[in-house]
Amino acid sequence: METVIGIRGPDFVMLAADCVQASSIVVMKSDHNKIHKIADKIAMATIGDAGDSNQFTEFISKNLALYKMRNGYELSPKAAAHFTRRNLADYLRSRTPYQVNMFLGGFDDKEGPELHFIDYLANAKSLPFGAQGYGGYFSASILDRYYHDKLTEAESYEILKKCVAEIQKRLIVNLKNFNVVVIDKNGIKNLEPITSVKLDAAIAAAQGAQGVRAH
Amino acid sequence: MSILAYNGGCVVAMRGKDCVAIATDHRFGVQAQTIDTDFEKVHQVAPKMFLGLVGLQTDILTVRERLAFRKKLYEIRENREMTPKVFSSMLSNFLYERRFGPYFIEPVIAGLDPKTSEPFICNMDLIGCPNVPDDFVVAGTCGEQLYGMCETLWKPDLEPDQLFEVISQSMINAFDRDAISGWGASVYIIEKDKITVKKLKTRMD
Repeated sequence: METVIGIRGPDFVMLAADCVQASSIVVMKSDHNKIHKIADKIAMATIGDAGDSNQFTEFISKNLALYKMRNGYELSPKAAAHFTRRNLADYLRSRTPYQVNMFLGGFDDKEGPELHFIDYLANAKSLPFGAQGYGGYFSASILDRYYHDKLTEAESYEILKKCVAEIQKRLIVNLKNFNVVVIDKNGIKNLEPITSVKLDAAIAAAQGAQGVRAH
Repeated sequence: MSILAYNGGCVVAMRGKDCVAIATDHRFGVQAQTIDTDFEKVHQVAPKMFLGLVGLQTDILTVRERLAFRKKLYEIRENREMTPKVFSSMLSNFLYERRFGPYFIEPVIAGLDPKTSEPFICNMDLIGCPNVPDDFVVAGTCGEQLYGMCETLWKPDLEPDQLFEVISQSMINAFDRDAISGWGASVYIIEKDKITVKKLKTRMD
């Protein structure tokens, strides 16, 4: 039911994740953050089993911290993605596999921005953009249409808004709020969440400006 | 649906006159949804040997890493280069170790013997049962189509440029009839003194 979206620009990575915490058919809260900071310039947007996603992201981030303490330098985003995938792959064939899907976004001072797709089977791939979860079915075509390799942060945020608007229009599940994070050479920064309230207001304003009757 | 067809993709290898060719598609998907279109399933494991893996992507990555590790250990211990024949035995043994909980992959090996330059092609099932024919081997979600194409186009003693034409046409026309393979292809022609890599532009739907 959940959704994560990732976009890699020329000098940044942007991650978006919905904020719903659900148990069975009940929405428990709709301001739950699913984008975790796991290193100075690496973030992970994780969805899946509620307990697993917390446990697994914490496990990865603490191991990255341990690596930094032992070696005096941080794991690169690519290495972190590799480490994450390997752990997930090992757990997949254990008695207690983790049911988590994620995007790992990071900025490497030498290699630039990176976005990695990892799913619960430990399928992993570096991508320019992508989306997972039910919202992924609605976002894929929007991302295909608007993505280009000279994207700015602002453009990228606009694309995310388009994806969220489509999800809220067509997906049966109510995903009200989306947290957005951007990672660039300066580190991780939270952007203004994309919410249905704000999107509706923007649409109403646009229609008002065109003289269209809003309903 | 079979777990072997979860991500989609295909690989084919052919023998020619003093040369071999191996080709891969570029699609990476999750069931019917295409996630990316630059995932190559063929990797160079030695100067004149290529390994193609199709099946579950997670196992493609894992097997590739584990094999590279074992091959390096062999080459350090023995202080000589691994031949394609030995490499395929090693892979077969490696896969059979997981007989009752296998890696969901189908491997294809193509290469020339580093000393004699004898062409070698081989494929296996997911538990390592090897098949070493003297014409061609196929693997992947459009394996049947590939067999049909290879059967009609391939003939013995093809020169490298003819072999390229035959393998490319076989590949393209096979995966165009498969929804979860395609989105471009790469072809590797391995000769005694050179390796040619060519990218094919194909239907992107």
